[in-house]
Amino acid sequence: MSGFLGLLTRDLRLALRRRADASLAVLFFVLSAALFPFGVGPEANLLARMAPGVIWVTALLAVLLSLERLFLADYEDGSLELMVLAPQPLELTVLAKALAHWLTTGLPLIAAAPLLALLYNMDPAGLPMLILAMALGTPSLSLIGAIGAALTLGARRGGVLIPLLVLPLNIPILIFGVAALDAALGGLNPRPHIMFLGALFLGSLVLAPIAGAAALRQAME
Amino acid sequence: MSLFEGHDLICIRGERHVFAGLGFAVPTGGALVLVGPNGCGKSSLLRLMAGLIRPASGGLSWAGTPIGDDPEAHRARVRYVGHLDCIKAVLSVRENLSFWAGLHGPAAAGEVRRGLEAFALEKLADMPGRVLSAGQRHRLALARLAASPGELWLLDEPTVGLDTAAQGRLTAAIAAHREAGGRVVAATHTPLDLEDAQTLALAPFAQAARSAEADLGAEFAW
Amino acid sequence: MHRFANPGRFLRLSNVILPWIAVLAAGLIAVGLYLALFVSPADYQQGESVRIMYVHVPSAWMAMFIYTVIAAASASSLIWRHPLADLVAKASSPIGACFTFLALVTGSLWGKPMWGTWWVWDARLTSVLVLFFLYLGHMALMGAFDSATRGARAAAILALVGFVNVPIIKFSVEWWSTLHQPASVLRLDGPSIHPSMLWPLLAMGLGFKLYYLALMLVRVKSELIAARLNARAATAAQLS
Repeated sequence: MSGFLGLLTRDLRLALRRRADASLAVLFFVLSAALFPFGVGPEANLLARMAPGVIWVTALLAVLLSLERLFLADYEDGSLELMVLAPQPLELTVLAKALAHWLTTGLPLIAAAPLLALLYNMDPAGLPMLILAMALGTPSLSLIGAIGAALTLGARRGGVLIPLLVLPLNIPILIFGVAALDAALGGLNPRPHIMFLGALFLGSLVLAPIAGAAALRQAME
Repeated sequence: MSLFEGHDLICIRGERHVFAGLGFAVPTGGALVLVGPNGCGKSSLLRLMAGLIRPASGGLSWAGTPIGDDPEAHRARVRYVGHLDCIKAVLSVRENLSFWAGLHGPAAAGEVRRGLEAFALEKLADMPGRVLSAGQRHRLALARLAASPGELWLLDEPTVGLDTAAQGRLTAAIAAHREAGGRVVAATHTPLDLEDAQTLALAPFAQAARSAEADLGAEFAW
Repeated sequence: MHRFANPGRFLRLSNVILPWIAVLAAGLIAVGLYLALFVSPADYQQGESVRIMYVHVPSAWMAMFIYTVIAAASASSLIWRHPLADLVAKASSPIGACFTFLALVTGSLWGKPMWGTWWVWDARLTSVLVLFFLYLGHMALMGAFDSATRGARAAAILALVGFVNVPIIKFSVEWWSTLHQPASVLRLDGPSIHPSMLWPLLAMGLGFKLYYLALMLVRVKSELIAARLNARAATAAQLS
């Protein structure tokens, strides 16, 4: 456990000292979401109807943006070799890295999402559901993304590969994330969607450390 | 006497044999120096000993127990210093070192200090990693050895970039480590001043290649 | 256990069975096409365009079947390090992608007369599209490394992760599509399908499977030969 906490605090400290890098994902999130009205026009009703989808899709892409660095820096400077050689199970290492990624990427996105909802004229009654759905969905994005980041270590142009590997796997999260919000806004019961988001989170919580650790081990070869 | 042994090791990187039929045995307090030309597989052998890569054939054992039976115990005793120095530019020397010491159990402040002292890094302790020179970076990487004690040191070119004083510190650290019953395996081009160390000369390309060709010939007879 | 433990045996075996499989595949596809194009009746609602089904449905079967083969090969590569498993996965992936693409294209061609548009975000089409993306990712990852072994290992892990996810994706896409639109009108999966339509479909399905098997064997064979040549060249370079 000390290794888990040590790695988590180190990654958070690294992110804190490179604040500019960490804020890029949020900036991208807000900026790219702000582009849609230029594409479809400023009509308030249309934007309000699009809001859940736009927020989720851009959040998905913003998470992708920061995934490449998740293991790459440690891979390049040799730190990853030492983590593989540490007595702590590698699965816990993957979990710690994914958690650090979520704290530095997912959490700021959740904080910025209400701002976008405001810009899109979304009904404020949907805000609690937006926060809840993103709080359940974005950790899965970090976890599944960790698999992709680990698999592409040492690949040529890994940064371009990651979206190709990770996006198809993220589709269920997108579907239920948007559906929960849509249901809440339309006065329907969002409970089943939220349950599915939770199930997806638990599933990726199990799958991602195992697959990620296997990927890291083979990256040492 | 408990031995760290390897026998009949074959290592394949990409499609070529790096070495084949290789064996070694390191006793308690022993030292093994790997020598040989570039590309003969010294680094691969060290990574293999660490458990980072698996041999294509053959096995490693510690006191008679195969490494694969208890990989966690093996990871707990291995301290590997490779070509890469694992230094984060934005962390201070002390932070870098205490993180690595902490991976092997809660880091005692005393141990980190001991690591800094062993390689004369006390004055640099609060400097960020990015300002270090190549030699200083290498000393910091070596300081990991002293900061978290482990039984088996695996060193890849440990003297590269070190000045005479630092080389002396390295030899002293290795001597103290062996005194306490630790083992050292080092790959090097420059002669390391180690008392009664065994030397393992890895075959240069052609020899390994010839044996590989013989193997391939046998396997691809169809 | 050497990496190329038994390619010799595999090659001898495949040399014996390959011609039989190839001939059988060609025969079945020929018979299936004849039955599909000339013997089976046109649908009373869809007319002649129903004949697209005899290519579309077997392609969709193959898309799923080959992904399953890849996942099984990947598992045996990761667990038992079977030397041929990686090659089977590598050889199968582009074939599977082609079948998936064929299913998408024929689906789209079929959709035009039926739905009046080339593409609808129907649950089945959408999940086949996602499967196509999974194939593309697998192929891209396989080829992204300088070392073939590493590419194969990484792609094997991805294939297993993808395989676990395929049912989840399929389920969520179906859920999503029922949320957004009523289920598509015309589906031919009635309780029973007329024998005059069933036989050509089965012949085509089996023909496609054998065709895949033959193609896969040829590709594995050429991978083996290429690996041998590379090893030769590498050792020759070292000897000189």
